[in-house]
Amino acid sequence: MIAKRRKKITLTIDGNQVTVPEGTTIMQAAEQIGIRIPRLCYHPDLSLAGSCRVCIVEVKDMGHYMASCSSPVWEGMEVRTNSPEIREARRDIVELLLDNHPMDCQTCERDGNCELQNLAYSLGVRERLYEGKRKEFPIEDSSVSVVRNPNKCILCGRCVRVCAEIQGVYNLSQHGRGFYTVVAPAHKANMDDSVCIQCGQCINVCPTAAFLEKSSTEAVWKALADPNLHVVVQTAPSIRAAIGEGFGYPPGTPCTGKMITALRLLGFEKVFDTDLGADLTIVEEAHEFLTRLQTGGPLPMITSCSPGWISFLEKFYPELIPHASTCKSPMSMLSTLAKTYYADRMNIPPENIFMVAVMPCVAKKYEAQRPEHLMPDGRPYTDAVLTTRELIWMIKCYGIDFTRLPDGQFDAPLGIASGAGDIFGTTGGVMEATLRAASRILTGKKPDRLEFTEVRAVEGLRDTYVAIGERNVHVAVANGLNNAKQVLNKVVSGEEHYDIIEVMACPGGCIGGGGQPYPSENYHVLDPQLLRKRAAALYTIDGSKELRESYENPALEELYETYLGSPGSVKAHQLLHTQYRPRLPRGIR
Amino acid sequence: MNPHCASSTNNWPEVKAVAERLLGDDVVQFIEECRKTSEPNSYLIAVLHKVQSKFGYLGASHLDAVAQLMQIPAAKVSGVASFYHYFRLQPRGKFIINLCLGTACYVKGADRLAEKLKEELGIDFGETTSDGMFTLEGARCLGACSLAPVMLINDDMHGTVTPDQIPIILDRYLKKAKQETASKSAS
Repeated sequence: MIAKRRKKITLTIDGNQVTVPEGTTIMQAAEQIGIRIPRLCYHPDLSLAGSCRVCIVEVKDMGHYMASCSSPVWEGMEVRTNSPEIREARRDIVELLLDNHPMDCQTCERDGNCELQNLAYSLGVRERLYEGKRKEFPIEDSSVSVVRNPNKCILCGRCVRVCAEIQGVYNLSQHGRGFYTVVAPAHKANMDDSVCIQCGQCINVCPTAAFLEKSSTEAVWKALADPNLHVVVQTAPSIRAAIGEGFGYPPGTPCTGKMITALRLLGFEKVFDTDLGADLTIVEEAHEFLTRLQTGGPLPMITSCSPGWISFLEKFYPELIPHASTCKSPMSMLSTLAKTYYADRMNIPPENIFMVAVMPCVAKKYEAQRPEHLMPDGRPYTDAVLTTRELIWMIKCYGIDFTRLPDGQFDAPLGIASGAGDIFGTTGGVMEATLRAASRILTGKKPDRLEFTEVRAVEGLRDTYVAIGERNVHVAVANGLNNAKQVLNKVVSGEEHYDIIEVMACPGGCIGGGGQPYPSENYHVLDPQLLRKRAAALYTIDGSKELRESYENPALEELYETYLGSPGSVKAHQLLHTQYRPRLPRGIR
Repeated sequence: MNPHCASSTNNWPEVKAVAERLLGDDVVQFIEECRKTSEPNSYLIAVLHKVQSKFGYLGASHLDAVAQLMQIPAAKVSGVASFYHYFRLQPRGKFIINLCLGTACYVKGADRLAEKLKEELGIDFGETTSDGMFTLEGARCLGACSLAPVMLINDDMHGTVTPDQIPIILDRYLKKAKQETASKSAS
């Protein structure tokens, strides 16, 4: 509505007349006539930097090229996006960006999907005229999730911006000056000694390989080749919604069946579904929530599935730790069951089981290593965490023709899951699954509605009341931690009373996680269109299932009957719950 | 309360107390004044000046304390501190050696003095000895070319220095420092 009231500006771009609202940039105006000006530091969902100069255009009578990403249009402006001189200037800019670059493209993790490489190609860089001094920073791999390689950094600042503006963490900043400038946490400290919450959004927005996940593929190949190990795998809900993108499927294509078959071909003996862990989380969490409602708190209860969020909680909002659900995440619940319940049933010693988790998330690599998630003998319940990207690479490396695979099915006993488990992968999904469960418990009968569309929140924040039985429950859903801050600050100040809050660290939830595939050509990282498509895939899977409530999952019924007892039992607490503690350095909120 | 959690998990009072103790009352008060203004963040550089003039340098713990008390992300504080040449991130020695590397001193052998100083102190330009005694800096011209090669130690000018005099000169300062400490502890 506001846009309509804005003054209109008419300008010409490459001889075409364009009319746009006042305040539009040259880059945005050019997009309206189908010209995508080359760009690098620009990101539509982050603030403007104007630092790379790749997007320069010629404006009549200006006497110098202008950065189209950060220059607003004016009446009568005459823009040329292309001429031999502009193309040459752009090519020179990229050549200069490359002059201190390692140029090890063939052995680089980003080979084939590097924005700098793509730009160099599309702008016609065919030789290196400038051979500059190379950067010689050490590669920093102190973190179990994120590896920082400043030698590949082109100082575009996208990581700094995503960390500050989307995640509210502000762990990264440019340090020093000139050639020695480096993007790093405070005091150029190791990522491990910083306020980093390991969400991996820096990896997603980096145009090169200056940020990458710490690879676990070698450990998994080794385990698969070990005849003494029983290697099992679980896949998070959001993998099935995104893995297809790695094999040319349009975003939002559910690929559950092909993914399972591919995992079998890779050599995993059992393919389990993290969704069952999600169902179990819901049952335990709903029980915990209702206990808190009856015994006076602490409320709001805040969900605890997202390890990036948990890390943020411990570093930024430690006083809210008692509010976090003590439930382990679905991944950790399933891994624990694999090495206890499943090991018992199959008569396999737990130390012979190698549990791999495929996650959309790099923070899960950190979660798996947390001392609370180790077995009594000190070994982790989850032996290795692969990101969606790593799994796609392994499938390609093996030579599996993904698109031609028949559909497979998850394995019993940890492979049966409800649709409520599927939607865990998207923002609002945990809340919706909880509301389904809570309505059943509070009303004592099958809920009259299963879809709570009011909590679906790709936009970032939802704050609403949901009527369940007699109660009007105040709920909030946040994704992207800068959004979460808004809700959490209200809890801290006491300004608002909530009953239950869902927080997922990454924009869009797990579907936008730090380990998801780099977007294909027509999309960008953080793109709401892309996130909506991936979310839609999960809602489609949920909608097509008969079984849509965690409480109806027959596998859980058996699990409680034969092994755990009842929800919230002593055994359930021993195996399925965890704890948190404040951690330093304390973040600024 | 949640059975899995410690009763109080709020570490702010502790974090705040550590920061205040480190920076001292005068700096804390200055920060509080700044925070009362409409643009508190714009005082970051002023606060860093204050801290550096008090401690001689900006250590990581000083910067963290400033970040907590001003509620500005530590990465931003250390990014700013590392950008400006004026801010020093390492402690400076008791004695600042400014070796003149200007043209006249250079042709008279300042390069050999530089080598000898580095060897004797075990540090490079811009660094400080581990005992905190000496910081070695290079200067462009000290305006005493007739005495070339020259070096300035704190406010004392040393002219026509030869490499073999270096250990003797350094030793004199070490003795001076020792005497000062001795007389301080005696009083």
